[in-house]
Parts: sequence; C-alpha cells; structure tokens
Amino acid sequence: MIEVLDSGVLATVQDEGRIGFSAWAVSPSGAADGPAYRLANRLVGNVPGCAAVEVVLGSIRLRAHVDTVIAVSGAPAPITVGERSFATGQAIPVAGGEVITVGWAPAGLRTYLAVRGGIAVPPVLGSRSTDTISGLGPDALAAGDLLPIGNDVQGLPAPDQVPLHPIDVAPVIDLVPGPRLDWIDENSKSVLVSRSFSVSDKVDRIGVRLSGPRLVRSRTGELPSEAIIRGAIQLPPDGEPIVFGPDHPTTGGYPVVAVVAERHAHLVAQLRPGYTVRFRWSR
Amino acid sequence: MLLEVGSHLVADYLHAIEQLDLPEVADVVPAAETILVRLHRASAMGSVEFRLQDLEPSAVPAGEQRTITVAARYDGDDLDVVAAETGLTVDEVIALHCGARYRVQFCGFSPGYGYLTGLDPLLQLPRRPSPRTRVPRGAIAIAGPYTAIYPTASPGGWHLLGSTDVTLFDPARYDLGQSPSLLEPGLQVRFVQS
Repeated sequence: MIEVLDSGVLATVQDEGRIGFSAWAVSPSGAADGPAYRLANRLVGNVPGCAAVEVVLGSIRLRAHVDTVIAVSGAPAPITVGERSFATGQAIPVAGGEVITVGWAPAGLRTYLAVRGGIAVPPVLGSRSTDTISGLGPDALAAGDLLPIGNDVQGLPAPDQVPLHPIDVAPVIDLVPGPRLDWIDENSKSVLVSRSFSVSDKVDRIGVRLSGPRLVRSRTGELPSEAIIRGAIQLPPDGEPIVFGPDHPTTGGYPVVAVVAERHAHLVAQLRPGYTVRFRWSR
Repeated sequence: MLLEVGSHLVADYLHAIEQLDLPEVADVVPAAETILVRLHRASAMGSVEFRLQDLEPSAVPAGEQRTITVAARYDGDDLDVVAAETGLTVDEVIALHCGARYRVQFCGFSPGYGYLTGLDPLLQLPRRPSPRTRVPRGAIAIAGPYTAIYPTASPGGWHLLGSTDVTLFDPARYDLGQSPSLLEPGLQVRFVQS
C-alpha cells in the first residue's frame, strides 16, 4: 500500500486509458504526457500499461507502507525520500514507512510517479485512469487514500539515471489539417501557423484554451455534432481555440480546424498557463 | 479520417464499415452526419482510404435489427411547456413520443448517452433557453431532431418528457464480457408507457 498524505493541486491515477470506447461516448483518458508516463514505468521495471500517478505542478506527499521502488519523470520536480534527495529520471528505493515528497515543479505541468508493480486500483472498462469529464475510474487522489501496489513487473529497475527531455516553455507544435479547416478564413489559416498563442488559465485534462490572435470563421451556421479526437483544435464562436486533451468530449459541435500531430501530444500536456505556443504544419 | 456521409446514411455506412472488419481500424465513431475512423497507425491511411473510397452503404438486414423496449413514465417537468410550444395536448405529446420507432444515431455528451433519431417532426423544438443545472438520472428528453435518456444525473438543456429506471451505462457489464452501454449506434429503440 501507498498512503496519500497530501494530494497537492490535482493528482490522479493514469495508465494508457480506454481506447476503443468512443462510440459509447467514453473519452480515452490516460496519461496526458504518454512518453513521460512510460519512462517512469520503465525505470521501475514495470510491465507497459501499469498505472502510475499523474501529479499537476508537483507537490504531493505519500507514505510507502512496504519496501518498494519508485521513479519520477515528466515535469522535473525535487524529490525527497525520508531525508534523502533525488532527481527525476531514476529508480529510487524506498523503505516501508518512509515519506516520499515530490516538490513544486518549476517548469511544465505534469509529473509522473511510478511505483514498482503498478498502482493496482480496480480497473474500469479495462483501465485504471481517472476520467475527469465522465467520472469513470478512481476519484482524484485525496489525503488518506490507500493505494494498492500490484506486481506487474518485468525485469529489474533501471540501474542508471536517464536524462529527461527538458520542458519547452515555448514549444513549436506540429499540426495536421483538421476536417473543418475551411471554416476559417485565409488570413486565419496563416495566423494559425505564424503567430504565437498564449496559454490561458483554462488548462485541464479536457483541454487547453489558448488566447491571442483571434481566428475568424469564414462561414456562419451550426455544425452538427461530430467526433472529436485528442489533439483536435476546436474553434468556439468566441474565436479562442481549444486544444483537446485525453479527457476530451467524444463529440462536439464546433469546427475542428487542425489536429496536433500525435507525436507532439505530450508537448500540449506540459503547457502551463502563461506559456506561449506556436504551430506549424507537419510535413 | 472523417467520412461525411449525411445524417440518414450514418447507420448504413457504419454497418458497411463494420462488415469490412479492417484490422487497421482502432475505433469507429459515428456522429450526426459523419463517421470518424481511427487507425492504429497513420501509415495504414492509404490502404484504408482505398478500401473505403468505393464503400456502399449497407442497411442492417431487417432480421438482424436489434430492438429494445424502454418502459417510460411520462412524468417530465416540461410536458406542459412542450405541449404549449407544439400546440398539442399533453396526451398527444405522449402518444407521438411513444408511438415512434427510434434508432441510436450516435453516442455523445456522457458515457451511454444516445442521440436517438426518429422523433416526430411535430415534437422537434430548440433546446431550453437556459439549461438545467441538474437533470436526474433516467430522464427522457427531447431537443431538435433527437430524443435521449440521461444515463447519469448531469446538467442538461433538453425538454424533459419522462423517466425510466433502466440502467443505461454500467462498466461492470464490460467485465462480464457484455457491452457496458445499453444503447449503441444502430440499435432500434421503442418507448412503452408504464
């Protein structure tokens, strides 16, 4: 068991999510920064797909009730285990009874904490992910929670520290054209891939709302609901685009003008209010 | 890829795509007028596009149509409003709603929330001017060309006609090898007054 002493801003259990249920209006959910989540699992020697803890802005305190091994990746945050300090990107042995503290992350948004064996809360529709839009899966972590530890391991924890990708506070993100790119005018098409947008304070697992240059629709009228995917950039009537995250609604009635290339989805997951972002067409 | 097929052909194209049973396809998501086809790998796009470009819609054979019946209590808070706005009596509203045959066009909004087409044109109204902050679980409602049942209590802007005790979405059914959702695209639905 791992006991939650302080859950910080928002900490949820996440894995690879619920893929293939969109037709029933179930969002994919899952770790927002997939590469960081997978790295944490690899470092502790977990089977791929084990559930880990996704921590927003760092700041979480846990107590291990048994000897275990943890690893932290994603947005870099200082880690202490008992009296010892550690950096992200390595397997860290923890003795039963020790307190694990992941401090404030100075850059980026989401830090991942994997435990050897995986967080073994009961799966819902094959996944242990918390889906913040529908409430499927476990509740967000709260002080006093006791998280069971599984035994889905393959091999030993990593012997060495690995360097993490530094967080890019002004990333350039690749886009592919969306199905409704022709719903914005020609000037807006060029604004989308030439100007900077700033990340508003409306940032969560459902989506990231951008502010900055307005995108102007080239046509009026309503769009009948159509399917949404992660990374879809939707344009509501106010002209401020929303980039959808893992807990996106499965259908929506505003035009999707572009979609973040899958290989850059993790960059969106680390966008923090106030960061700037630029887009370019993927080639 | 997003296929634009038009509202009346979504179900038939959905059936045709399912019949193809393409291994490259990860997810198929119908909506009001379109169908999203998601692939496991982008590299398969060309070959799947090739298979889909000449695809003909194929109606589910009548003998294979699945129909469910939902026991409905017509006790909704908006019956009088709907009657007033449509110029019908409450009894006529109920008769039109439970006399029609519906089909699940797509799911959206929340897990297991089906958008059912087949609503009598006389009952097609815009949404309420301001949504309710809480619509109870099992509420039967209408808006635009659709009727729906709220799987869980949630905010909602549709007109409430009645209620049902049916469980719309239950993840535990998935663990038993069944569909967690009572409604799925293509299913036919009838309401029976209880």
